[in-house]
Amino acid sequence: MKPAVLSLLLMIFFLVGCSTADPSQDTASLTYDTGADPDAWALIHAGEFLNGLHEHETMIEYDYEVMVNTVTNAQFADYLNEALKTGSVEIVGDEIVGFYQGDEFHGGRHEEKITEGDWLHVPLNESGLRIESVDGSFIALPGYENHPMVHVTWFGAKEYCEFNEWRLPTEVEWEKAARGTDNRPFPWGDDIGPENANYYSSHDVFEKAFGKAGDTTPVGLYNGGSYDGFETVDSPSPYGLYDMAGNVWQWTGDVYEGQHYRYMRGGSKANYAYNLRIWTRNNATPEYNSPSVGFRCVSDPIGS
Amino acid sequence: MRSLRLTYLFQSTKGLVLLAIGLVTFVTFFYGMLSGPMAEFGFSEIFIKATGMQLIPAEREGRIVILYHAIANAIVAINVYFITGSVPMRDYFRSMINGIITVGYITVMVFGLLFAYFGHSFIYHGIYLFGLSLVFFAGVLLAVALWPWKKEVHVKDPAYSHTKSGLDLERVAFFVMAVAMLGSATFGAVTGSFWGNGHETFLAEDLIREPEKTALQLSIIGHLHIMLTLVGISVALVIGRWFDFKGALHKIAMPFMIFGTIIITIGAWSVVLTEYAHYIIYAGSVLVLLAGLILVIFAWRKLIRTGLEEKGIEKGSFGDSIRALLRDPLRFGSTWQMVFMNFNVSFIGIFVAVKLDEIFRIWPLRDERVILTGHWHVLAGIIATIMILYYADLAGLKGRARKVFGWTVIIFSDIAFMSATIFEMKRLFVSEAEQQPIVNWTMILIDIGIAIVLITLAILLIWRLADFFKKDGRWSEELADEGLDKPPPPPPPLTAPLYPNDTEQEVQS
Repeated sequence: MKPAVLSLLLMIFFLVGCSTADPSQDTASLTYDTGADPDAWALIHAGEFLNGLHEHETMIEYDYEVMVNTVTNAQFADYLNEALKTGSVEIVGDEIVGFYQGDEFHGGRHEEKITEGDWLHVPLNESGLRIESVDGSFIALPGYENHPMVHVTWFGAKEYCEFNEWRLPTEVEWEKAARGTDNRPFPWGDDIGPENANYYSSHDVFEKAFGKAGDTTPVGLYNGGSYDGFETVDSPSPYGLYDMAGNVWQWTGDVYEGQHYRYMRGGSKANYAYNLRIWTRNNATPEYNSPSVGFRCVSDPIGS
Repeated sequence: MRSLRLTYLFQSTKGLVLLAIGLVTFVTFFYGMLSGPMAEFGFSEIFIKATGMQLIPAEREGRIVILYHAIANAIVAINVYFITGSVPMRDYFRSMINGIITVGYITVMVFGLLFAYFGHSFIYHGIYLFGLSLVFFAGVLLAVALWPWKKEVHVKDPAYSHTKSGLDLERVAFFVMAVAMLGSATFGAVTGSFWGNGHETFLAEDLIREPEKTALQLSIIGHLHIMLTLVGISVALVIGRWFDFKGALHKIAMPFMIFGTIIITIGAWSVVLTEYAHYIIYAGSVLVLLAGLILVIFAWRKLIRTGLEEKGIEKGSFGDSIRALLRDPLRFGSTWQMVFMNFNVSFIGIFVAVKLDEIFRIWPLRDERVILTGHWHVLAGIIATIMILYYADLAGLKGRARKVFGWTVIIFSDIAFMSATIFEMKRLFVSEAEQQPIVNWTMILIDIGIAIVLITLAILLIWRLADFFKKDGRWSEELADEGLDKPPPPPPPLTAPLYPNDTEQEVQS
């Protein structure tokens, strides 16, 4: 091979291999107020909806409320401070752990035992975690207050919801909240583009700043606003929920017989767009945590 | 009036392979723009608008299934051409099989892709199914043509693997592969017949952690695995004929190949019945991999021996042997890729199986899924490169062009495959938060590797296309070599011997 060709290939190789700033080291370079209310909830009425890729008619026989946005770093930090005081969670080494009563074991193929005891909620030394302990109190990293809480395990997400007398959504609750009663593939409609959601290679402001790995976007960013020239389209679900596709996978609460996996829905910033279709499922062990996994809670309607 | 060019393109082995490889390259190139890096660069939107494709998100899985079939049927057809071109059989069988499978795979490709990507006319779907049926029927004819128990096709040279009665075990291996493929195709067809009537479209990689799978889902999982395996076995057998594989190693390898094929196929079919099917598959795989290894040993020894003979060296040094081994990248590459496959596919597969619960089932489903799809594409890609190297020899590449083509395909495809393997296993080395540099490096190497292989292949095809429009190009010589430059004689009676002057010769083993 000629030296010029080899040099060109090597140059491309090195250029592409280079990444821009590491978001984990740069906590406040991009701060946007999306106007989202982290405490807002939406009411979902009882009724049928079309479940899954193959649109099976599924009935949910009760009303329920769902958080409009995923739980933010600021909300989770506040919760931790409260929960540590009450003793429902504790810090052991560099981990936040809490009690879980365990799963019934059915001996399913590849099923692992989830026993009664303390389980990991949040690892405190993970790159990508956006909360920190300052003077014995947890706070969100500056600029990340309104980003979704990540690196939280299923146990941690469950405990957050239950501490507040809520719960994690079941998969069907989550899906109905995302889809409404028609057969749309995405919460806002039939097609997806970079203006709708945070997904891999969607060229959002954070990808422009940090390279293709991007970062989580503040909750409710895709609301029709413009952020440093990045134009979004208002992309709520039929019930007004934001980020039901992309940004972070969201834990759901189901525990299925014969398996220890917990399921996540919605796709994330680390996935190509097709993974953001409403029916796409992901799963992992309940201790799994990553910079692309968060959650939101559901509750019974007020007064029910 | 009889067109010699059309005769070349639709009747000669080299013309048929050229046409099929051209179509597969065309489909791979354009449909590759719909996903991955080409989509990231924005090519997919341009392509979709320019072609008027209708890509409904809910139909992605179905589209992919049909795209796989559009390409896979062409690959099967190419293998059939290789077989009809190199295994003795009656001319009318050769003509019928090649003709029917050509109409079949082109019908599958055209109408399958029209149905999947350009609206859902069920007329297209019906014609697509008709195409699949033609390919299947051509397979039935191939099995009949390969029937090894006729005396006229018994081995004439005792150096080839055979039974005491003279049964040609290499022919048996081809026959078993063909019959296994027909049965395995049926597993897909039966499930397909339940489509919309109890069976729902799915991609196998999406079901890996489902604790309960339906019989129809298991049938498809068995089908897709065994079909690719059998294509691999078919290619290995064809490469064996290319090297004139014979002698003691041939006698060991062919029984391994025959029993390995039978056992793997039974294992894949029994996936529907038992979760222990994997153990049967492992047993068959060991035999087939051993047969492949023996073929590689034979091929490399032969390359070294003939290379040294060409240079007049009686007993060469280690360096002489290496130079002799590497002097023809097409022949060396076709067998090197079989060895390389173990590093990228077999060993990785074994490692994942052994450490499944300990490592890979700790990862989220989407990361485990990346291993499966990567693994699958790498295996298919390696088989494709072996076929490309073999075709380059058929196409008459010689001299410097042969060396440049061969080494370019080997080096850049292997860079792409190795990078894909690192990509799929990246979570072993880095966390999600720190993975982007490794993602960037591996993706660019995959893209560069595949792009250069495709460009190199395109240059070969353009060269052959330019030749095709010359009045007396290579194509006319190749046509004459296959005896197709004259009008065909009337078909012989069915009882006519394959080897008229040789029917009484018995094997002296």
